[in-house]
Amino acid sequence: MPVSSTQIQKAPPPAPREITTKPRASDIFFRGVLTTMSMSSLLILTLIGLFLSFRGYQAFKTQGFHFLTAYDWNASTDAGQKDVFGLGAMIIGTLIISTIALLIGVPLSVLTALFLTFYAPERIKRALTTLVDLMASFPSILFGLWGFIVLMPMAEYWAKLIHKYLGWIPVFSVPQPAYTRSPFIAGIVLAIMIIPIVTSVSREIFGQTPLDRIQAAYALGATRWAMIKAVVLPFGASGVVGGAMLGLGRALGETVAVYSVLNIVFKPNWQVLYGFGGNIASMIVQKWGEASLSESKALLAAGFVLFVMTLLVNLGANFIVRRAIKSGK
Amino acid sequence: MTTLITNPRVEPRKPWKSTPKQELPNILMLLLAVVATVVVVAVTPMKGKLAYAFLFFIFGTTFQMALSWKKRGRAAATDTFAGAVMMTGGFIVFLPVVSLLWTTISKGFKGLGLHIFTQTMASTSYSDPLSKGGLLHAIIGTLYLIVIATVISLPLSILTALYLTEIKGRASGLIQFLVQAMSGVPSVVAGVFIYAAILLSTHLRGSTFIGALPLAILMIPTVTRTSQEVLNLVPNELREAGLALGATQWKAVATIVVPAARSGLITAVILGVARIAGETAPLLFTLGTTDKINWNPFVGGQNALPYYVWSGLRDGTEGGVQRAWTAILVLLILVLSLFTTARIFGNRKAKR
Repeated sequence: MPVSSTQIQKAPPPAPREITTKPRASDIFFRGVLTTMSMSSLLILTLIGLFLSFRGYQAFKTQGFHFLTAYDWNASTDAGQKDVFGLGAMIIGTLIISTIALLIGVPLSVLTALFLTFYAPERIKRALTTLVDLMASFPSILFGLWGFIVLMPMAEYWAKLIHKYLGWIPVFSVPQPAYTRSPFIAGIVLAIMIIPIVTSVSREIFGQTPLDRIQAAYALGATRWAMIKAVVLPFGASGVVGGAMLGLGRALGETVAVYSVLNIVFKPNWQVLYGFGGNIASMIVQKWGEASLSESKALLAAGFVLFVMTLLVNLGANFIVRRAIKSGK
Repeated sequence: MTTLITNPRVEPRKPWKSTPKQELPNILMLLLAVVATVVVVAVTPMKGKLAYAFLFFIFGTTFQMALSWKKRGRAAATDTFAGAVMMTGGFIVFLPVVSLLWTTISKGFKGLGLHIFTQTMASTSYSDPLSKGGLLHAIIGTLYLIVIATVISLPLSILTALYLTEIKGRASGLIQFLVQAMSGVPSVVAGVFIYAAILLSTHLRGSTFIGALPLAILMIPTVTRTSQEVLNLVPNELREAGLALGATQWKAVATIVVPAARSGLITAVILGVARIAGETAPLLFTLGTTDKINWNPFVGGQNALPYYVWSGLRDGTEGGVQRAWTAILVLLILVLSLFTTARIFGNRKAKR
């Protein structure tokens, strides 16, 4: 019929329906609260940066760039004398000690995590996991006290052995046989302190390895180690980097434990077995007690430097992790 | 017939388990390694515990490798080697924990007594005998600090974690990064920050409340990150089911997601408390100090267990160090019992 066909032609094309979701008042409120609260970290970090740089500005102003590169730290006692504050040796020392801690701590943690996840019998696994978790809750001052009284004599002996057999490597040489309170010992204490966090992060990520891939590897005839190499390590690499990053964050700023086992001297020391070193955080605590107002402002500036250092480390680590995640899957 | 009914349980057989006969070569090889170690230590100039441990590792690993090579070839030998290295790694990690625990208990035990929990250091000096003076003021101070820091940081961190997992708004990446950056803030920086922001700017003096502020800063990233991980583990189907049943997002989160993650959230808080309970460095700048009990968290100095240990260690005298060991034993017991209680609690909730 012709009529109906014209009718169809005349009918307006159906307009797309507008889809709207109207959030309820409760949801708007809920999302608002969460968004606001989540900004707290931004607020706190900004405040830390602002206050420390504001209070430490004076030290930067009077000392200039020397504050970061010079190796002296002298608060003037006479009115006419000028204060000299230089953080260079402390920055170098902090980096050295943290590097030692990572070099010792991360491999041990990864091995332990692999052992716990894939090798250990159930009973040993439970006991060791509990112990490592316990270690995470140990206060840092305990590591300081223990490091000073128990570890130091042993570590001095190890240092002597390393010097005896590997002394030809410049890093392990010493000008005099003084091994007490060296960066090496501080590094060991820090390594022990970061082991729990690196281990538990690695263990968690290893434990999340997809079971089908593990079983596929076994089904293809892989040994346990071949399976780990082919499946677990590629899968868990980013997690291990993340754990190491957490460890580094802790190692850079660790204060009282390092203070107890390190001889703080304002001079850079590359010979890690030799008995003095530098550490920003410990230096702040050491100098704080008798600091005048101008010196304590310099210490706040040192705190700012430490803060910026940890931020930069985290920035770099974040980048690495993101890249590792991309290539890992 | 009756015997069959009364004794229906048959021990399951485990055909994959190696029989004593199959285990024999392994044990023999280990014994051989022990012998070889002892012989080498006796003959060569290598001496000491370190030499024993090192040589035993070398010999034990080599012999086991040889055994598995003979049985199943090269891949098996590599596997054995990797296993031995991992086991050694685990063992090395095990040593300091045991040493730390053992030293703390054996050294701290000496000063322990009921008087520790009933007396303060108000009228005692380090040179007095250990039976005088106690830690009551420091214990009260530490409990105050933990409670105040938790009350401040808990809402902030859990809500941030919920923002990151539930809303996933535009700022997620930024906040994720900031929380990560915040977890790297050293405790001493948190301490000097509060000093610079509050004590240097106002006429306030160090007190419990101000001492708890840097602890709260340190606690936030730990609790946030752990909560976020836990909340991410809640299956998406649960959320979708809630929304499909007509719940608003708020309802879905409050009645489904959070309860599902409850035990994990408790663990997050515990980890946060464990992180701060033993913090010493920030307290040095913000706590003030006292040798008496101070019930007022806003006025007057306070003491805390880690601070007390620090003072003893700084003092350096025999009495000071001994009291430090005792205080650290008490601190350790406090932290560990918190740990255990909360974990039992978390497990019970999870099972229900």
